[in-house]
Amino acid sequence: MRMDKKIRMKARKVEFFYGTTQILHGIDLDIFENNVTAIIGPSGCGKSTFIRLLNRMHELVPSARLKGEITLDGKSITSADVDPVEIRRKVGMVFQKPNPFPKSIFENVAYGLEVNGVKDRHFIEDRVVSSLKKAALWQEVEKRLHDSALSLSGGQQQRLCIARCLAIEPEVILFDEPCASLDPISTHKVEELILELKKDYTIVIVTHNMQQAARVSDHTGFFYMGKLVEFGRTEDMFTRPREKRTEDYITGRFG
Amino acid sequence: MGRHFREELEQLNSDILKMDALVEESVAKAITALRDRDPKAAQAVIDNDTRVDEMELVIDERCLDLIARYQPMASDLRFITTGMRLNGELERIADIAVDIAERVIFMAGEPLLKPLVDIPRLTAVAQKMVKMAIDAFIARDSAIAKQVLRLDPEADSLRDAIHKELVEEYMIKDPSTTPRAVQLLLIARFLERVCDHATYIAEDVIYMVNAEVVKHHPERL
Amino acid sequence: MKIKVKRIKEILGFGVLHVCMLCVLMILAVIVYDIVSKGSGVISWDFLTKPPVDGMTKGGIFPAILGTFFVTLMTAVLAVPLGMGCAIYLNEYARDDGLTRFIRLSIRNLSGVPSIVFGLFGVALFVDACHFGTSILSAGATLGLMTLPLTITASEEALKTVPRSYREGALALGATKWQAIRYNVLPLAIPGILTGMILGLSRAAGETAPILFTGAAFFLPDVPNSILSQFMALPYHLYIMSTQHHNIALVRPIAYGTALVLIVLVFLMNLVAVIIRYRLRKKGNAHG
Repeated sequence: MRMDKKIRMKARKVEFFYGTTQILHGIDLDIFENNVTAIIGPSGCGKSTFIRLLNRMHELVPSARLKGEITLDGKSITSADVDPVEIRRKVGMVFQKPNPFPKSIFENVAYGLEVNGVKDRHFIEDRVVSSLKKAALWQEVEKRLHDSALSLSGGQQQRLCIARCLAIEPEVILFDEPCASLDPISTHKVEELILELKKDYTIVIVTHNMQQAARVSDHTGFFYMGKLVEFGRTEDMFTRPREKRTEDYITGRFG
Repeated sequence: MGRHFREELEQLNSDILKMDALVEESVAKAITALRDRDPKAAQAVIDNDTRVDEMELVIDERCLDLIARYQPMASDLRFITTGMRLNGELERIADIAVDIAERVIFMAGEPLLKPLVDIPRLTAVAQKMVKMAIDAFIARDSAIAKQVLRLDPEADSLRDAIHKELVEEYMIKDPSTTPRAVQLLLIARFLERVCDHATYIAEDVIYMVNAEVVKHHPERL
Repeated sequence: MKIKVKRIKEILGFGVLHVCMLCVLMILAVIVYDIVSKGSGVISWDFLTKPPVDGMTKGGIFPAILGTFFVTLMTAVLAVPLGMGCAIYLNEYARDDGLTRFIRLSIRNLSGVPSIVFGLFGVALFVDACHFGTSILSAGATLGLMTLPLTITASEEALKTVPRSYREGALALGATKWQAIRYNVLPLAIPGILTGMILGLSRAAGETAPILFTGAAFFLPDVPNSILSQFMALPYHLYIMSTQHHNIALVRPIAYGTALVLIVLVFLMNLVAVIIRYRLRKKGNAHG
């Protein structure tokens, strides 16, 4: 059993509301270090909402309200006195649709460093190169670093977004359906990348694609109607789920 | 996954049942041929085996096809992998029926060494175990499957009794009976093998239904 | 048979629409033709660079051109930051609650207030209460207030066209909200905001009522020398020349000349807005 891995993030009794609508009910979940944790579930089950709590992106919606606690390395990230900007430096995020800024490839990767006050050009250049290399994009963009990021293909754009995220050296990376808009080859590259990245980072991925969850993750959580129905090792989840609703979902009997 | 996939799983299920029908028929005919010492009936069993072989290939292909196209998970995955294993076990049981039929043909020219007492008892156990294992599969019932596993020691002790009698009462006392005794010895061994395959089927069914591995872990029963 | 009927109906429909469009074009053409034909005669270098003389029966309209330029500039200085600030607040920071909805409603209502009411309000607030007197500052501030609803709405629309994903992407990289707005949202929204601003200013440049009591002068021989000076302005000058002059018939050509200069000015400003918008759209397509 690999259950003795260190827990990086913990959600405890998390309840989440938009206005008066309750979206999440009593979520308890552990995220293990250097593991890929997949969150699956039908549309509207709250999985994307949940992942956005992990770096407080939920606060962009004004009526959002959170109860319970989420911790990173034992320290609360959800209490009112914690600066969300600080959390987002430690917990990066890659979105469903590739969203490079309409700037050059170089500027995109350098962006996170610049807004965080890094001025040293040499340092920035080195970090841009190493991030692009880690994101397996370097060879493709080496000679066109100053071209617009929007000239890249969808799959390249997504890897650029990953590189951009790596540049600020987060500890945890959240992927919100990162392959939803990619073709199978680009999807494959992103999946390979995720498996590579988990050596250095702790990863959480929300996905609609169960095969993807099965391929890349070590742990899987199944969300249904705002509740965490089942959480366990991925191999167990996909061969012998404990809960009937998990079984029904992953065998395609609903959802 | 939708209705289509369910229909294909249903098709796989009925194919496995057809395969089982063919195999149980082979076993029954081989046993009848043995009882009646009927080489013609035995030959029919041998001829029938090509149908079993063909069916085995059909089911194998269907299983691989389902896995490749639908990437099944959880109970569906366990059903299909169990289907593949069952398919193999059933095919081997049919092969054993052929082995028995071959012995029947071999022994047809000579008088029977002794009246058969324990062998019919062993055939009854073997047939019962196969039937129960398949019933467990049909009913998705691990309790029935566990009963199959409990029958296996009985098969083993019957075979041991047959061995002991043939060796001690015939082969040692009168070495000239050895060629005929060996035939019966082989048949006993074959029948016991049928029982073994029935237990494998039962173990697979338990995995399919409960998702627990009892194979090589008798303590989990 | 049926198809033929359908075709005829289609042609008829198009015909009606064409006629409507032609009517509008005709009206515009008549106005432009009237002004150009009657006004172009007086346009000369002197007309554009000399002050009026002889009881405004001769000479040019230079102080009015300059006055309009200054007051528009004053309007821009006041309305652009205020409008942008409001729009950024409303679109980026404000919670979607009762207060915000009330603010939006107020802005919409403000755009329906007649310009003469703004003029009176300007007198009360800027001229009297703030002691700015009748001046470029008072008039600019009044025009600024009047154009605010337009500039705020246009700026908000421009901000809305920037995809949410850019904001999210920036925030997820540890940018503060202001950094996200400053580096990701504004650069993309600026052309749209500018377009809205220019359209607002071009409207302000042509207004008479709000400056009537707040700073526009009947006649000044000299150009204004501070923001607290009174000024001449093209629309007001035109109003005087057409209705208030002691010899209207005599100065009619000057009135037409003034009108021509004013519409050319407004057209030019609108043209700039159109060019900016066109370039923005082209860029937008390249990105899409």
